Amino acid sequence: MLNYIWAFMIMIGIMVAAFTGKMDGVSSGILDAAKEAVNLCIVMLGVVGMWTGVMKIAEQTGLVRQLTKLLMPVLRFLFPNIAQEERVMGYIAANMIANLLGLGWASTPTGLKAMKELHEIHKKRCAVSGGDPEAASDEMCMFMVINISSLQIIPINMIAYRSQYGSVHPAIIILPGLIATAVSTVAGVLYSVWKCRRNDRKKLEKGNKA
Amino acid sequence: MKWISLVSGFMIPLTLFYIIGYGVINREKVYDMFIEGVKEGFKIVINITPTLVGLMVAVGVIRTSGALDLLAEILHPLGKCLRIPAEVIPVILIRLFSTSAANSLVFDLFKEFGTDSTIGLIASIVMSCTESIFYIMSVYFLSVKVKKTRWTLTGGLIATVAGVAASVIIAMRMQ
Repeated sequence: MLNYIWAFMIMIGIMVAAFTGKMDGVSSGILDAAKEAVNLCIVMLGVVGMWTGVMKIAEQTGLVRQLTKLLMPVLRFLFPNIAQEERVMGYIAANMIANLLGLGWASTPTGLKAMKELHEIHKKRCAVSGGDPEAASDEMCMFMVINISSLQIIPINMIAYRSQYGSVHPAIIILPGLIATAVSTVAGVLYSVWKCRRNDRKKLEKGNKA
Repeated sequence: MKWISLVSGFMIPLTLFYIIGYGVINREKVYDMFIEGVKEGFKIVINITPTLVGLMVAVGVIRTSGALDLLAEILHPLGKCLRIPAEVIPVILIRLFSTSAANSLVFDLFKEFGTDSTIGLIASIVMSCTESIFYIMSVYFLSVKVKKTRWTLTGGLIATVAGVAASVIIAMRMQ
């Protein structure tokens, strides 16, 4: 995907420059952008390093594990049909906490494990009562929508970018970001819960008829 | 809106205080842990540097060639109709596919309009409350070889649209 976007952006840009006669500008633009990228990464070393450092403390002192436990009632509401499956619920909780704390890179491994477990459960169900193992289960859709809706409490990367580009208040976006994140998550979850409950009802009716 | 900056300003220090305080109460070697974590963070940044070089060069090309201005002009009517500044629309669209590419576009807006302008704020908040839907879905569903994603995309788009709408409304009120 990115291969196409990247090539497309560069080629379109150069073609447009040929028409607008801005080749000179593009030439220096390429070099400036490459330099700028590295400058930005130097700033990011400090800010991201500081954040992962603090989060390491949270992880090793057991704080993250405690937060995971606090999440369990919420998860039981979101995934009522698999609430007794402890392992998968654990992975989902760990993934959500990593997302909440802004550890996007740390969330992917647990997220993939959660997905694998959800798929195992789905395959078992398909074997018993029919269904397509290559189609996502309701739980998988729900898990994906929550991930997509973004849960991050403190957008540390964006704050770093803002400070690098000369913001007077780099951190001012924390509260607005938190509100916007809550809005997007609530919208996604409401839709998902509605979908799941409706499908559950349908299955029940089907079972009653049979 | 002074209270927004007040609450926002408290978040990072309070998080640090809470996490470090928790460690100190439990008599943990918090400083050693911190240094360990910083090392991991460095590795993460070093890993994303090549991506940033690649994508920022691409955005540099379309910016300096005038292609981005052209796109903003084309999107102007759409932006007016949705009441979003047209310059932000490419960010929102690219955001669905790639975080780094969208970030590169945001840096461009920061340079052009300033980080604390309405456009800069909308872009900052949109990036904080959305995710790259297509990237996440392909990584996760491919990992378990699921081909039919059913209502995932609809749900993801609903969440994204709600987040973008909230971002625009809040950013407009912040000025």
